[in-house]
Amino acid sequence: MASLSLRLKRVGLPRLIVHLSVLAIAILWLIPTLGILVTSIRDKDQITTSGWWTSFSSSTQTSAGRLGDPSTARQEGASYVITGSVFEQGQGGTVRSFGVRVQEPAAFPAGEPADLGEGETLTIESDGSYVYTKNGPFEGSRGKRIYLTVATPPEFTLTNYQTVLQGEGIGQAFINSLTVTIPATIIPILIAAFAAYALSWMSFPGRALIIAMVVGLIVVPLQMSLIPLLRLYNEVGNFFGTSSKTYAGIWLAHTAFGMPLAIYLLRNYIAGLPKEIIESARVDGASDFEIFLKIVLPLSFPALASFAIFQFLWVWNDLLVAIVFLGTGRDQLVLTGALNALLGSRGGNWEILTASAFVTIIVPLLVFFGLQRYLVRGLLAGSVKGG
Amino acid sequence: MVSQIVSAVGVMIVGVFVCALYYWLSDKVLNLALPVRDGDVTQASRNLNRRAVIRPWLFLGPALLLLGIYLVYPVVATLILSFYDRGGQTFVGLANYRWAFFDAGFRQSIFNNILWLAVVPAACTFFGLVIAVLTDRIWWGNIAKSIVFMPMAISFVGASVIWKFIYEYRGAGDTQIGLLNALVTMLGGNPQVWIALPFWNNFFLMVILIWIQTGFAMVILSAALRGIPEETIEAAVIDGANGWQIFWKIMVPQIWGTIAVVWTTITILVLKVFDIVLTMTNGQWDTMVLANLMFDWMFRGGGDSGRSAVIALVIMAAVTPIMIWNIRQANRDAGGH
Repeated sequence: MASLSLRLKRVGLPRLIVHLSVLAIAILWLIPTLGILVTSIRDKDQITTSGWWTSFSSSTQTSAGRLGDPSTARQEGASYVITGSVFEQGQGGTVRSFGVRVQEPAAFPAGEPADLGEGETLTIESDGSYVYTKNGPFEGSRGKRIYLTVATPPEFTLTNYQTVLQGEGIGQAFINSLTVTIPATIIPILIAAFAAYALSWMSFPGRALIIAMVVGLIVVPLQMSLIPLLRLYNEVGNFFGTSSKTYAGIWLAHTAFGMPLAIYLLRNYIAGLPKEIIESARVDGASDFEIFLKIVLPLSFPALASFAIFQFLWVWNDLLVAIVFLGTGRDQLVLTGALNALLGSRGGNWEILTASAFVTIIVPLLVFFGLQRYLVRGLLAGSVKGG
Repeated sequence: MVSQIVSAVGVMIVGVFVCALYYWLSDKVLNLALPVRDGDVTQASRNLNRRAVIRPWLFLGPALLLLGIYLVYPVVATLILSFYDRGGQTFVGLANYRWAFFDAGFRQSIFNNILWLAVVPAACTFFGLVIAVLTDRIWWGNIAKSIVFMPMAISFVGASVIWKFIYEYRGAGDTQIGLLNALVTMLGGNPQVWIALPFWNNFFLMVILIWIQTGFAMVILSAALRGIPEETIEAAVIDGANGWQIFWKIMVPQIWGTIAVVWTTITILVLKVFDIVLTMTNGQWDTMVLANLMFDWMFRGGGDSGRSAVIALVIMAAVTPIMIWNIRQANRDAGGH
């Protein structure tokens, strides 16, 4: 790391340009995700009236209102006074400025007495309370028209999350996703580890052929499998008189689709374990089963972890396998499917879409940031699969 | 809700347990069936040999069974189905292939797939390489790398929602809440319905995949760059090469193999792109690609397995050269051991 930066320093672009361009790239890559995160905690009316990037600064709006009508005036010595608040009950914000003519809605700053002429003075404090005095009785029957520039502080809420988790089926989909993902991550590891051990440390005819087949199968597109498997599943379902869309069915599908990469990654790692350890265990009379369980499995932890993360991300984020093998019924939808369905039914409701999207991506993001090291290692070890 | 969690956990435990039980039990059965603790030494050693012959297949059994059912058999079955009618009952010869050849939707999909293939792998590799070079030079480079790498963890569907929000369109007079249209109006342009602009909308969808995959390219290429021997660059510096020349003539040629791996990996991914198109446009406005067309034909009007099989085979044919190259490479590595 240090040596590379040293060597590139000699290569030499001005350092500042490097810093600025990396900063620009980082911002560019972060902004899309930030956008939905911020939007998901905004008030649903504010989402539709202003861009999410404005939500941190208080938004200022110009509005019209009326002061209290003359009948509410009190007499204080020679002058008459009307007091009150320009805000209605429950309304909040900070008054920045005010005016009495529509052409100049922000003529006077808040907090300072404004001379309106004809002996009238109006003071509006920033909290909305006002004092309106006149050196004689007020005339007319309606309150004076005023114009206000009001700043509303940014308002954030978790209501959107409540809505999607309970009302939009995202909570249910979350559990469905977990039900699909956890076994579909653990089962292939077990099966692939046994196979990888056999392909690394046991000799039998056809080993090289099986390894070549595994490497070849890594890139076989999922699309090739869909039609025959769908037919097969339907036949099996008919045969047993049950639905063809079961959790067991999708676990097996994910297990099988992840299997080539799993075997490839694990075999590369397990074949690289020191020969001496395994041979001395054999000399001591350990069976292959014992060697695998007690020596190979613990030693292969980094590779197992790398693959587990891959498989977890792939299964959690998968849409195609889920909609084909688990169906699109409301109680069977996984998170990606539910989100896709919401895009259709709630196309413009960004408070629902963004909150749902964030629920969908939060688990993989946590896994990603927590276990990035293993993910990178896995990528470097087996960058041949195309997802 | 609670009952679903309980039953889910229960089913999970049973599923994993059954799987573990198989290995344990099959090993036990093998040992019992071929005992070695008899007095008869020749029998014992014969049994030991038999165990050694059988055991690999017990270990490999479930994996091979799954690969066979879920990947090998379907490849053959899809090939056969492509010669049959929509229900898979009547042999129709090359009719499905003929249909594909003359179908406008199919041609549109091929065209779009080629467009994706031309742009996405190149863009990901290029950006990945540039970011890898830049971030390796600064102290907070790892943070920047994490940020660029992060979209890898986001599902295509999630990413589509994220970008659909960026492309969101409001009428010309309204406040734009989509970032892109807000920028365009700020610069004095007219807001557009980006994902419904034929031809160009393909590129707006590609941006999503580039956003996701650049991190992958960056990680792999960054590791390769670190593996470049120091001396080669020092020699170039001494010879008076400038930064640009060192990058293109010294560094890039040395990581050519890695670039090829990154390129092909992303190429395979692009050939299978499905989720993004499904969620963004569902193939409308001329954005259809092969994987989506295939999915469409799988279910459209009760499904047409013949046509859909032909489309799957086209994707398979495009992947095959890479597959052969990978197998050769793996065999060469194995030979080198």
